[in-house]
Amino acid sequence: MTAGVSHARSSRRSRSRSLWTIALRIQTALVFAFLMLPLLIVFPISFSSSSYLRFPPPGLSLRWYQAYLHDPVWIDATLRSLKIATVTTALATLLGTLLAFSIVRGRYWGRDAVNQLAALPIIVPTIVYSIAVYGLFSQLKLIGLWQGIALAHTVYAIPFVTIVVTAGLRTFDIAQEQAAMGLGASRLTAVRRVTLPQIRPSLVSAAFLAFIASFDELVIAMFLGGSNMTLPKKMFDNILLEIDPTIAAVSVLKIALVSLILLLATRFGAGARFSV
Amino acid sequence: MDRPAWRVPVLRGEQGPVLVGLLPLLFLAFLFLLPVIRLLLLSVEGGTLAHFEKAVSGELYVQVFFETFKIATIVTAVSLLLAYPVAYFLATASPRWVLIGLVFLMLPFWTSILVRTYAWMILLGRNGVLNQILIALGFVTEPVTLLYNVTGVLIGMVHVLLPYMVFPIYSAMLRVDRDLMLAAEGLGASGWQVFWRVFLPLTMPGVMAGTALVFILSLGFYITPALLGGGRVIMIAVLIEQQVRQFLEWGFASALSILLLIATLLALLALNRMGWRRSA
Repeated sequence: MTAGVSHARSSRRSRSRSLWTIALRIQTALVFAFLMLPLLIVFPISFSSSSYLRFPPPGLSLRWYQAYLHDPVWIDATLRSLKIATVTTALATLLGTLLAFSIVRGRYWGRDAVNQLAALPIIVPTIVYSIAVYGLFSQLKLIGLWQGIALAHTVYAIPFVTIVVTAGLRTFDIAQEQAAMGLGASRLTAVRRVTLPQIRPSLVSAAFLAFIASFDELVIAMFLGGSNMTLPKKMFDNILLEIDPTIAAVSVLKIALVSLILLLATRFGAGARFSV
Repeated sequence: MDRPAWRVPVLRGEQGPVLVGLLPLLFLAFLFLLPVIRLLLLSVEGGTLAHFEKAVSGELYVQVFFETFKIATIVTAVSLLLAYPVAYFLATASPRWVLIGLVFLMLPFWTSILVRTYAWMILLGRNGVLNQILIALGFVTEPVTLLYNVTGVLIGMVHVLLPYMVFPIYSAMLRVDRDLMLAAEGLGASGWQVFWRVFLPLTMPGVMAGTALVFILSLGFYITPALLGGGRVIMIAVLIEQQVRQFLEWGFASALSILLLIATLLALLALNRMGWRRSA
């Protein structure tokens, strides 16, 4: 009798639970569709033969890819962005990693303040930082130079590196480094040969994040760039002024680049999940 | 063994981290703190608060601040409603589905905001894909206005910020001890009770972290309102950019920037405190 009651209750429970599971799956599927839809829609547009934005495309062609490759302004902007992102990645990875070591290993007064300062550049809105750094850079005559953008992007990218490397360092067992030093290695050698190889996945993820942060950044580059456009600035102008499918071809190329980086990051990095 | 054990110096271990941090700290002090302090000084140039007075007395500008907070609040709420079930799905799914789900989250997350905003313009326009589908299916006869208004801005912003909400909630859910839920069930709690009284409170730190992140990022948003708002939706960041690039009002733009900065830091403080109280 009691067994029957409890059986009935549990089957009612499992039925309502399976209804919830189905609702949950439908909702999740809809959210994933919402997230992926914009990425998928640029593919057919980029292969359109029409000279303006039309959906569905009347025919297929590669003309917008050719337009991109043969336009010196687009290529110039792309190369400038790649250069800035490369320098930013190198600087931010170095400085952010040093900062992470200082935060994880240090036992000094003001360490909490340093920890918070390290995160501040991503909390301060980029428009605010852009206006602020414009003032300093115009005095230093750095406006219009790619080096200026790279320096400002480094400030913006340091928090990403510091957060990821700090997480990596906290899971590293410092006894291994001490063992190496006990065996006669200097601290520098111990860090270089023991610690850094072990936190390599974090370093790789951090570097990828710094690269993307710079490569996609618009607002800082818009203020500091002057007439020297970066790729995001060129894209922004293109979207704002004329809806011409070249931007769709560029978008597809950028999605392909991100997919490649994501693949490499999951292969060699600490998993893409660390990006937040 | 030319290096005796006592020469593994304790002192260097103590000072090393300070010295190592010096270079990045100087870098941030010169290229981050100094510019922000200069901005503060510029906003009160001439020793007056005139720029701030203009910002808080002009009805137009107050309206912009109000609109920005309204949009940020809606974006945060919608993101939370969409993200929580997705995070729950990820936390309970099989490893294969977790991987697929993470790809669906990470790919848009890493894709340039400009690319995604452009894609939304294709989708939401008057003759855009969505309107074509709606008309073909007979839901509407006239195209619906989805672009160059608040709706478009909201859709675009939720799309960009949703992953920032999912990740902290997902990681909070992974930390929940399943045995606690089994214990509650064993003690006779219904499925709803287990969720409301055990699972939800335990995942609140993740909810608060995601809420803080999304709200703060929303306040300073520029690209999405600038493009999808079509000049009709003015958020603070768009207003600041206009003041500088169209009107060259650097002093006023600095004051607006400082106000935005203060609003951001206050929001962070308030949400942190709430999160702290919840988890305490």
